[in-house]
Amino acid sequence: MSAPTLRVENLRTYFFTRQGVVKAVEDASFSVAPGKILGLVGESGSGKSMTGYSIMGLVDPPGRVVAGRILLRGQDLRSLAPDDMRRVRGKRIAMIFQDPMMTLNPVLRVDTQMVEAIQAHADVSRAAALERSRDALARVGIPSPAARLSAYPHQFSGGMRQRVAIAIALLNQPELIIADEPTTALDVTIQGQILFEMQKLARESGTALLWITHDLSVIAGLADEICVMYAGRIVEHGSVDEVLDAPLHPYTHGLIDSVPSRGRRGEPLRQIPGMTPSLLDLAPGCAFRERCTRADGACAQDPALSAPAAGRQVRCFHPLTQSAIA
Amino acid sequence: MPVFIIRRLLQSVLVLFFMSLVVFVGVYAIGNPVDILINPQADQADIARAIAALGLDKPLAQQYLIFLKQALAGDLGKSFAYDIPAIQLILERMPATLELALLATGMAVLLGIPLGLWAGLAPDSWPGKLIMAGSILGFSLPTFWVGLMLIMVFAVELGWLPSNGRGPSTELLGVAVSFLSWEGIRHLVLPAVNLALFKLSLIIRLTRAGTREALLQDYVKFARAKGLSNARVVGVHVLKNIMIPIVTVIGLEFGSVIAFAIVTESIFAWPGMGKLIIDSIKVLDRPVIVAYLLVIVSLFILINLAVDIVYSLLDPRVRISEAKG
Repeated sequence: MSAPTLRVENLRTYFFTRQGVVKAVEDASFSVAPGKILGLVGESGSGKSMTGYSIMGLVDPPGRVVAGRILLRGQDLRSLAPDDMRRVRGKRIAMIFQDPMMTLNPVLRVDTQMVEAIQAHADVSRAAALERSRDALARVGIPSPAARLSAYPHQFSGGMRQRVAIAIALLNQPELIIADEPTTALDVTIQGQILFEMQKLARESGTALLWITHDLSVIAGLADEICVMYAGRIVEHGSVDEVLDAPLHPYTHGLIDSVPSRGRRGEPLRQIPGMTPSLLDLAPGCAFRERCTRADGACAQDPALSAPAAGRQVRCFHPLTQSAIA
Repeated sequence: MPVFIIRRLLQSVLVLFFMSLVVFVGVYAIGNPVDILINPQADQADIARAIAALGLDKPLAQQYLIFLKQALAGDLGKSFAYDIPAIQLILERMPATLELALLATGMAVLLGIPLGLWAGLAPDSWPGKLIMAGSILGFSLPTFWVGLMLIMVFAVELGWLPSNGRGPSTELLGVAVSFLSWEGIRHLVLPAVNLALFKLSLIIRLTRAGTREALLQDYVKFARAKGLSNARVVGVHVLKNIMIPIVTVIGLEFGSVIAFAIVTESIFAWPGMGKLIIDSIKVLDRPVIVAYLLVIVSLFILINLAVDIVYSLLDPRVRISEAKG
């Protein structure tokens, strides 16, 4: 395996609010290799988006990355001066957001928004930047890209807008793209097209992809590896096939079980009982124990990340075994 | 766009017509100018002659029709008090008021938007809090009191600036203006500051609220994720989005500064339209009151038209819906 594009070690992002400290990301470690796709899965509020913002250096106050290392090809991004970090954003790491209706500025033309992304990082003439923008739009499958450049975002459909956002992310050939639920707001056929394009892109250009989502079915067909997050912690990590076929953490198992399937038609849909805990002053111990059928006294302690098999990690005292699932 | 402007101007004619009707009836209702204008010692025949000369002997409907006929020919009647055309009286005073209003609005915009941005970008810093506290004072202190305090401090105690009048004016394209001479500027400062204070506070608060809201939007985060500099994110992405409410308020406030700078003009004895309308109301100088209000309504119509045009420049979505309508 080649050297990872991104390596995150023991990342902690806390929010210092008046009510107390919210530990949005607690001790997260993972890495993404060039051309590979890592899926970061979790419910709303599990800290998956905040992990993405932490890598980008875009955590808004009162939040702050308090510990850990974020290594982009070995260079620690946390040690960079603000202006050097600005030069990394959009150039070496690009990010795509969830809602394409909201990510493009409604009062600026598409060409303005694309050209500025190029000119922020390179001394390029407007004509050359426009040409690159047009090619980028063509690459993501926007018909008559030259004419569409002078349009405003509201003149595009949702799917087309997300393509524009992806085209902007691709403009500077980034080494890493962080995609924060980019297909959640789109309908299924558009979602399929965009997933296909992104997968092709990662394979062809060697771009590493960090794909943040709550949707296991998207991850199943797209990612190479998967990290499951719960209450700010990574609770399980492994290759997509292994984790989805044989989850070790009870939470992962619950998530997979919650996906309606044809085999169980007519039965009540399964769900994980209870709700995600508030991250505000979370008590020590496994954050999932209140909702877990396997929890016992031992779970009042913080479980450590263990590696039961090669390439697999789980944060649980009572991991499921192959037989327990059946 | 041209169709839109023409349609708006036609609507404006209708507005002016109804406006003139309301004002005419209203002014008729508030009292009889003859009681004030004519020497109490005059005999009955003199009084009747004076009433006939002013055209006040006819019934209201007929008076209005005569007024309308003359107005369409561009004649809004002669001032009872000065015996010169009302419109001429107003236009003579207008440059003084316009100059004051432009300066006050300019100060409010040029200071208000940067200060509002600052307070919106750093709401918890002490300059941010100070700006907000100042803006609360700015629009809760009554204008007349602030005006008197300005005179007390800067004219009476410190003696830096003159307390009243317009000072010597210079001719610019046939119009008397103050801002071209040092002495004129010294006379302009206090009334302009007095007038600007309220608008400044309003613009600060609007800009701050808009900025704080815009900063939470995904497009700002996306712009930052593109690696844009802070100056570009704030100066282009944020500012262009929050300008619509600000432009609306600037337009309305500019109109109201021109029309109702009465308090400030009275305190600083500024020879503008505000003082003229107060004096005219005191002597029930009907033609001047009617003409003044018509001029003001026309100004408001023009300002609103300008604001609508600026909207469509700022927000592409406004442009599209216009083309459809």
